[in-house]
Amino acid sequence: MAELSYRDAVARGLAQEMERDERVVLIGEDVAKAGGVFKTTVGLYEQFGPTRVRDTPISEEAITGMIMGAAMNGLIPVGELMFSDFLATCWDIVANQIAKTRYMTGGQVELPLVIRTANGGGSRFGGQHAQSLENWAMAVPGLKVVAPATPADVIGLMAAAIRDPDPVIVFEHKALFATKGEVPDGEIVDTLGTARVLREGDDVTIVALAAMVHTALDAAKILGGLGISAEVIDLRSLVPLDTQTILNSVAKTTRLATVEENPRLVGWGAEISSLVAEEAFWDLDGPIVRVTTPHIPLPAAGELEDLAIPSVERVVDAISAMSG
Amino acid sequence: MEIALDIRLAMYDGMVRARYFEKRAYDLFMQGLVKGTTHLGLGQEAVAAGFAVAMQPDDMSYCTYRGHNHTLLRGAPMNALMGELMGRSNGICEAKGGSMHLTDVSKGAMGSYAIVGAHLPVAAGAAWAAQLRGTDQVSVCFFGDGTTNIGAFHESLNMAAVWDLPVVFVCENNLYMEYTAISDVIAVEHPAADRASAYGLEGIVVDGNDADAVYEVAVAAYQRARAGEGPSLIEALTYRHKGHSRADPGKYRPDEEVEEWLKRDPIDIYRERLLSLGVEPAKLDEIEAKAAAEVDAATEASKNAPPPDPAVLLTDVWADGGSSWRN
Ligand SMILES: Cc1ncc(C[n+]2csc(CCOP(=O)(O)OP(=O)(O)O)c2C)c(N)n1
Ligand SMILES: [Mg+2]
Repeated sequence: MAELSYRDAVARGLAQEMERDERVVLIGEDVAKAGGVFKTTVGLYEQFGPTRVRDTPISEEAITGMIMGAAMNGLIPVGELMFSDFLATCWDIVANQIAKTRYMTGGQVELPLVIRTANGGGSRFGGQHAQSLENWAMAVPGLKVVAPATPADVIGLMAAAIRDPDPVIVFEHKALFATKGEVPDGEIVDTLGTARVLREGDDVTIVALAAMVHTALDAAKILGGLGISAEVIDLRSLVPLDTQTILNSVAKTTRLATVEENPRLVGWGAEISSLVAEEAFWDLDGPIVRVTTPHIPLPAAGELEDLAIPSVERVVDAISAMSG
Repeated sequence: MEIALDIRLAMYDGMVRARYFEKRAYDLFMQGLVKGTTHLGLGQEAVAAGFAVAMQPDDMSYCTYRGHNHTLLRGAPMNALMGELMGRSNGICEAKGGSMHLTDVSKGAMGSYAIVGAHLPVAAGAAWAAQLRGTDQVSVCFFGDGTTNIGAFHESLNMAAVWDLPVVFVCENNLYMEYTAISDVIAVEHPAADRASAYGLEGIVVDGNDADAVYEVAVAAYQRARAGEGPSLIEALTYRHKGHSRADPGKYRPDEEVEEWLKRDPIDIYRERLLSLGVEPAKLDEIEAKAAAEVDAATEASKNAPPPDPAVLLTDVWADGGSSWRN
């Protein structure tokens, strides 16, 4: 066991897999010699050399298209998109090509690739460098989607993503890069499609993802003081979705709240809410509550961004209101 | 370059098979037996033949929705291609791809891509893997003149050039995008060749209706790629005999232009050449008769094939064979 930052966990997860399998390669803008603009790939170029860790031009379509082609011809490529907002520049490759090719070819093409990208707000970057876009990826059949909340999960889910034969997008949260957590020694390999109950409770189930997991945990502590026992689930993976963990929890607590950083409409929590409404309606003792960013582009100023992204206070208020 | 007779006959055979296959596809579309859409490469067969015949079996080709000929000429079975156009259970993609997505990975036909430009970086990526793994494969990417104005073209050319990738980009310049002439939308004469210098590449223009000329540039480009000297960008001048897709009559093209190009039919040109080289007419008749019979058989087999099993609707989203999104 040792303490490790989320940022360093990215490099450790990648290094673990690159050491294990020489087919694993990494490309992206500034990922090699500079170690990444968020310093998430520091040391990989030195360790694995210029053919396996490679800087690219500013060409998002080429980065994503080339990892697709490389995956068709025997590599397990990892491509970095510096900010998830840039997914919009290569969405054709991601959503039309990478996601659909296996299906459209009747299963002829396997694409064991990973797209890693820095996602989420809290850094005062404004509307084009701060979005939480995991729900875009969730909406496309053929993409697997994970968003780790802790350094240990970064390593384990990165390894699982790289070992998975399907395309996986790993959303790394910018606001978490500097956070630290205990990480076991040795190899860490997790399982896609598994949520985790981080705090047990009886009165309400809070489902959260990535940075919002920490917001939910802080809120649960305060709610405890108010006599509300909240169970917090870290979803970790949107596709596949661990519906069982959610349904089991709601069966026990009878209430559901989601805490989402994405803007309101068609956020991932809408899918969770619909799932619970369809399959666990009779377990519920009250309306489902979604705490989300309002349906707005993210503003730059700290005061405004903090108002936009769900805060501990908003989560506490929303949940105490539903339980009252 | 002296081109061996067996290579020449293979190119003729390929062009004739592609021609007959696509003529049948057109008829079946008009009869309502091929639904959706088709984009025929009628008139452009020499490009497909020259490049395909010069490839090694494990080379990889990437093409567009106008890719029946390219897929067929890599060796994909005609039955399964016809079945795919007709949406039957014998289709090469289980009837889930359709005319615009013909693929036969087992033959190195790595897919037909229907978003303009999308497959250029994919072809470059396959070449990158070949380079890293030292496989000696070449990746060949076919696209149209209109494709040279989309970002992915420039991103891919630059990256392939900077990384010395063994990829050959082939622009089939048929003078039109859908209904608009390429000359209306570019500032240079040659949409591909005139841009080559921006990537440190030679601008190569070839007569795309002359299979021998195409074959020669293909051989040279593959050699360069295999020697580690990097990509090539080749512009093949050609013309589509029919409209852009489906039943498009192509009325936006001047009659004289169409007539001129029809006189330069790549198959007629090549038949003449083979005869002048001393090939017996009977040999060519035999190739044509065989191709006609093959198309008839593929049509019959596909007409008789059952519709797709409803079960395939939910297969092959994931590597586990299924489509479940939940645990
Ligand atoms: C990104 C994108 N934009 C537009 C289209 C619609 N479209 C399909 S084919 C085509 C023309 C392409 O022209 P060209 O590259 O010359 O190829 P050709 O059809 O002549 O073979 C267009 C505009 C598309 N499929 N993808
Ligand atoms: Mg064209």
